[in-house]
Amino acid sequence: MRSSSTSSRLVAATALVAALGLTLAACGGGSDDDNSGSKSTGGKTADANSLSGQTITYWASNQGTSIDADKATLTTELDKFTASTGIKVKLEVIGWADLLNRILAAATSGQGPDVLNIGNTWSASLQATGALMPWDDAAFGTIGGKDRFAAAAIASAGAAGQDPAAVPLYSMAYGLYYNKKMFADAGIATPPTTWAELVADGKKLTTGGHYGLAVEGANGAENIHHIFVLAKQRGASWFDDKGGPTFTGPQQVAAVKQYVDFIASDKIAAKGNAEYVQNQTITDFATGKAAMMMWQSAAPAIASHGMKPDDYGVVPVPTQTAGATGDAAVTSMVAGINIAIFKDTKHKDAAEAFVKFMTSTDEQKALNGKYGSIPPVTEAQSDPAFQTPDLKVLAGVLAKSAAPLPQVANESQFENLVGPAVKSLFADAAAGKPVTDDSVKAALTKAQQQMPAS
Amino acid sequence: MTATAPPRRAPEAGPGSGKSAAGRRLRPRVIERIRQGGLPYLLLLPAVLAELLIHIVPMFFGILISFKNLTLFYIHHWNTAPWAGFDNYKAAVKIHQPIGEALLHSFWVTLSYTLLSVAFSWLLGCAAAILLQDKFRGRGLIRTLFLVPYALPAYAALITWTFMFQQDTGLVNHVLHDQLHVTSSKSFWLIGDNSFWAMVIVSVWKSWPFAFLALMAGLQNIPRELYEAAAMDGAGVWQQIRKITMPSLRPVNQVIVLVLFLWTFNDFNTPFVMFGQNPPHQADLISIHIYQSSFINWNFGSGSAMSVLLLLFLLVVTAIYLLVTSRGRSENDV
Repeated sequence: MRSSSTSSRLVAATALVAALGLTLAACGGGSDDDNSGSKSTGGKTADANSLSGQTITYWASNQGTSIDADKATLTTELDKFTASTGIKVKLEVIGWADLLNRILAAATSGQGPDVLNIGNTWSASLQATGALMPWDDAAFGTIGGKDRFAAAAIASAGAAGQDPAAVPLYSMAYGLYYNKKMFADAGIATPPTTWAELVADGKKLTTGGHYGLAVEGANGAENIHHIFVLAKQRGASWFDDKGGPTFTGPQQVAAVKQYVDFIASDKIAAKGNAEYVQNQTITDFATGKAAMMMWQSAAPAIASHGMKPDDYGVVPVPTQTAGATGDAAVTSMVAGINIAIFKDTKHKDAAEAFVKFMTSTDEQKALNGKYGSIPPVTEAQSDPAFQTPDLKVLAGVLAKSAAPLPQVANESQFENLVGPAVKSLFADAAAGKPVTDDSVKAALTKAQQQMPAS
Repeated sequence: MTATAPPRRAPEAGPGSGKSAAGRRLRPRVIERIRQGGLPYLLLLPAVLAELLIHIVPMFFGILISFKNLTLFYIHHWNTAPWAGFDNYKAAVKIHQPIGEALLHSFWVTLSYTLLSVAFSWLLGCAAAILLQDKFRGRGLIRTLFLVPYALPAYAALITWTFMFQQDTGLVNHVLHDQLHVTSSKSFWLIGDNSFWAMVIVSVWKSWPFAFLALMAGLQNIPRELYEAAAMDGAGVWQQIRKITMPSLRPVNQVIVLVLFLWTFNDFNTPFVMFGQNPPHQADLISIHIYQSSFINWNFGSGSAMSVLLLLFLLVVTAIYLLVTSRGRSENDV
């Protein structure tokens, strides 16, 4: 009796554990794409009549204040597209936390949307999956040619030497936002142009519970964006020409240490910034808790906290020395969102027509105007809506001193391993533990060791 | 005998009496067989099919993937990924190599987290169930309040805890530092060493009502006469708990401990909501670790191998636990 009872219990437990273990082994999910009722052109060149009546699915990334707000914004624009082409668009706005997994699931199953948004730093990684349609010259020809787009934006749309995997849709660049009143009160006449000036100004501004700078210490992606620039200004990159990681070079170590030192040794950023992960930096800046922040296209978010555009200024992020040129003059990564076509789409022509619409000059003005971003289509940048002081500065940065993050397949692993390593160093700094060249190098070495072979 | 008589009589009609007659004879026989022995299996069939589709088949593919070098380069046509043999398993268990070392660290964090969480959850649940065993005014209200953590949507509760643990503005530091002056400075709870303890606190908060609920139900089955007799024999409260309550609750406790252990060891929601997809090193639970390997680093082969290893570990732990506890119970029964 006992052995029988035990064995039956073991069987039951096996089933239970198997069920629990499976949740890990088989996480994934699938696309809920539903293209029923739509027609395929079979890849042939289609005229407007043959495309009319088709339905394409579009996964849009969350750009505005909420998914519902984005749905409202995009639906207005998509209705124009449907009115002019007869092509219906089934819209789904997906939050950033879910988007990449949804794309991966779609890539695995082949059941994805026809058109989708991707973060431009994912371009090379997603390109490596083979799930996205390559944009060769012929494809670009259908949307007016590659020359319509800013060169930096195109450079962040796929690996160098290959056809881009996507088309730039919204562009952004980092600038240094500073509080004019706090600067004036501290007797600082002009915003800093070098890091030494920024630290000196930051120390003057750090007083009475206010801080010179706010950083998003626990946000891995933010960390990556800043240490990329700081390494670039030292002439170093995070990957070699073959796509291999080079995390542990002295310039990379110095770049990370300089960034973490804003809390660790310069003490111009509050210790609490080490756990900032959800745009608390903007809140601190807009509420006067911090006098400076490095952010991209932050005007709408700042305004949502009640700060007026006249109360702050935007200048390029500082460089190591004044008047830097070449890589040393890089002040921002090329930030932005790209639009791609799923390779398995059965509505290639309709999808291309949709991308053409979304990247048309008029739509670029409308969409980027609503989201506070910069149009990657250069013709649209001259629109008065983008001539505000902050956007003019950011557009200038994008054109002159922005560089794309390494367009290598393992870029996402770089973000996932080095971003948290910097976060961990910030945590050490906040806890009063020393952050030294050795501790930074050890953290970067550990990250590099976990990088998969490219 | 009378019940089995009709099917035995049916063959006596003999062959050659025509298809329709055979059909008529066969139908009652099949129905009778189903009625006699097959019905339970028939009723189980939908559950078995669902289990196959939802668990067994995906698990088969999960195990298959663990033997493949499935990275982002092959994800679009995952079945073309090259065969890796045991390479993914070897990398996972080489504890002096980066992948194995990180997995082992994650394993120890998870084991510590699980043991502490289960222990405190059980203690709290047990104490609360015993205290609320006797009737008193307001008992129903307190019972309901105790079950609130169990009833709340996990995400809402966890995100609320995250707000409470914020260093600058969180309620926890406000109470500990500003009001009670227990800490000299406002502590970090979502980064650094404290992140582990923050996670344990939240886990206990959401797990102990389950233990409370199950133990409360178990206590209802203990005859009151046992306590009355023990009291008459001079046994105090503590002796009654030791000699009556705990032995009587043993089967319930076995289930509670096993289920809480498995749930907590596989806990994904708590670290993911509290820390996002990149938790602090000190709070790197194995579920998140595997998620990162699979869905962030896009190394699905490695992630699947880790999942299989985790599954094997849980199977072994469960088997040992059940063998030990059932042996003890059998001896007691004798």
